[in-house]
Amino acid sequence: MKIHEYQAKELFRREGVPVPLGEVAATPAEARSIAERYGKPVVVKSQVLVGGRGKAGGVKLAKDPDETEKQAKNILGMTIKGLPVNKVLITEAVDIATEIYVGVIMDRASQRPVVIASAAGGVEIEEVAKENPEAILRLQVDPLYGIMPFQSRALAQELHDDPSVVKQIAPIIEKLYRAFDRADASLAEINPLVVTPTGGVVAIDAKVNVDDSALYRQKDIEEMRDLSAEDPGETESRSADLSFVKLDGNVGCVVNGAGLAMATMDLIQTYGGEPANFLDIGGSSNPEKVVTALNIIMRDPNVKSIFINIFGGITRCDDVARGLVTAFKQFDKTPPVVVRLTGTNEAEGRDILREMELTSATTMDDGIKKAVELAG
Amino acid sequence: MSILVDKNTRLVVQGITGRDGSFHASQMLDYGTNVVAGVTPGKGGQRFQDTVPIFNTVKAAVEETDANTSIIYVRAPFAADAVCEAAEAGVRLIVCITEGIPVRDMARALPYVRSHGARLIGPNCPGLISAQERVKVGILPTEIFNPGTVGVVSRSGTLTYEVVFQLTEGGIGQTTCVGIGGDPLIGTNFIDTLEMFEKDDSTYAVALIGEIGGTDEQDAADFIAKNMSKPVVAFIAGQTAPEGKRMGHAGAIVSGASGTAEEKMKAFEKAGVRVARIPSDIAPLLKETGANVTA
Repeated sequence: MKIHEYQAKELFRREGVPVPLGEVAATPAEARSIAERYGKPVVVKSQVLVGGRGKAGGVKLAKDPDETEKQAKNILGMTIKGLPVNKVLITEAVDIATEIYVGVIMDRASQRPVVIASAAGGVEIEEVAKENPEAILRLQVDPLYGIMPFQSRALAQELHDDPSVVKQIAPIIEKLYRAFDRADASLAEINPLVVTPTGGVVAIDAKVNVDDSALYRQKDIEEMRDLSAEDPGETESRSADLSFVKLDGNVGCVVNGAGLAMATMDLIQTYGGEPANFLDIGGSSNPEKVVTALNIIMRDPNVKSIFINIFGGITRCDDVARGLVTAFKQFDKTPPVVVRLTGTNEAEGRDILREMELTSATTMDDGIKKAVELAG
Repeated sequence: MSILVDKNTRLVVQGITGRDGSFHASQMLDYGTNVVAGVTPGKGGQRFQDTVPIFNTVKAAVEETDANTSIIYVRAPFAADAVCEAAEAGVRLIVCITEGIPVRDMARALPYVRSHGARLIGPNCPGLISAQERVKVGILPTEIFNPGTVGVVSRSGTLTYEVVFQLTEGGIGQTTCVGIGGDPLIGTNFIDTLEMFEKDDSTYAVALIGEIGGTDEQDAADFIAKNMSKPVVAFIAGQTAPEGKRMGHAGAIVSGASGTAEEKMKAFEKAGVRVARIPSDIAPLLKETGANVTA
């Protein structure tokens, strides 16, 4: 799960990472009153869950409350990469001497947290990695011990020449790691970590992604979820314990299992169609899930046909069939549906579906060809 | 012959009285797996289906029954702890079916398992099955398997069943089928499994089913080029997956330009591995390798 910059900064602040004064505003008037209280130049920053906010014009400097109100008005009406800006962060402007990158990720290859740092901060770290890979420093962390002070000290020394600045950076790295660890994060990033002309160090941007599997024990972070930033189908599927991703095509699909669902999408494209979604109904065969799945797909006006692909290992085909019958009774009219059921109780499943107006398929390839054809 | 499991497998089922644990324990017994014990804290002294003794701890189960393999059907918040308990008790092979374990828990459990000399398969996997030895440690539907000479290794569950089903229909049998799991941090990767298939005399060829996210497939391609004499056919799911979205499995996510299906397919092609564009190409490509794969 992604959280906003202002929320990530709150997590950092709790660990003692220095972040500039800032508050969030949902209206231009609120933005103005924050700037009035601060009594100094501020930056108005759009709070959307995508990168490239600055390039899109979603980050502006404002020297007084009048300008803050004006900029907030502009930015609050914007849409950045398809996401509406509902909130802005009003934060005190910071003078910049140099910019550093520090991030912590959960590294799949080493199976450990890794601190990634670079003296070339302020830009996308992927670009630095591509063009100047030796500018990127990596520090593997033993999850049992955490970062030890000698490690953060050595890393900080690579990032700046001034010993008084190094002394400030080292503990920030340790605190960032602690924030990462406590939040069950998959990514915690400060970009840039700014060194000011007077030798201070402050985190002026923050990004945190949290492991979805750990949200059950990260209640305060779960509450930070911004539902306006996702497709309503994704919200609904999450509460029904389904995995759904909206795509742009016209062949809807309902599949049990993530790998099979991905392969189904791929085959739809191979046979000349475009998938409208990824949808994994999981291992259970609860009819309610099938109903929710169909509800979500049916709301998408692009969907011209639906392919249901069930390989029953644990999932019983007769249960899925009953779910389909229940679900289809709720709709007056549906796009054409192709069903492929294989595995446990498949004959019973087909019997149950006989009363419905469905196209049946015996193999996945056969079913997908039919669904693509029906979508036109 | 097979890898990882055989007639010497003595299985303890952790979470044997739960809904999934009890269902699959009886399925495994029916197939022929030697289920010697179950563990559910607080239910020690009872018996599963009047035969399999239940213990309060894995340690007690191992001491009493010489269990050497464990399967875990414990809920996600407690599953990493169950993995460590099995390792501490001296179990050599631990198979964790549970999906949704926090990654931070696995980052701590994995070094613990290794320091105890144990091997973990999963988590978030369907387990494994040896069609030749009729031993199943997992949740895979047994009827789709047919004894033969092809080893199967996969990050997925139902897609593996689909592929095995197509292999069997196409007259190709299997030695061992291993689901290594769809999580970002797993105990046994493609390379580990390929290494075992390379050494297994009964396996003549391997079908590898990968997916988007991470670099495990790219590393496997490198390993195959350098170390495998047996032919490998690979398929990668998620060719149409958008960037930055998690496709069901916690590990199936393309970040930036890294972890794409295209990148993985190219790595395999470069390594001389036959790449199936669609699942139904896997069986014909296996036959093309020249290895004796017909059951």
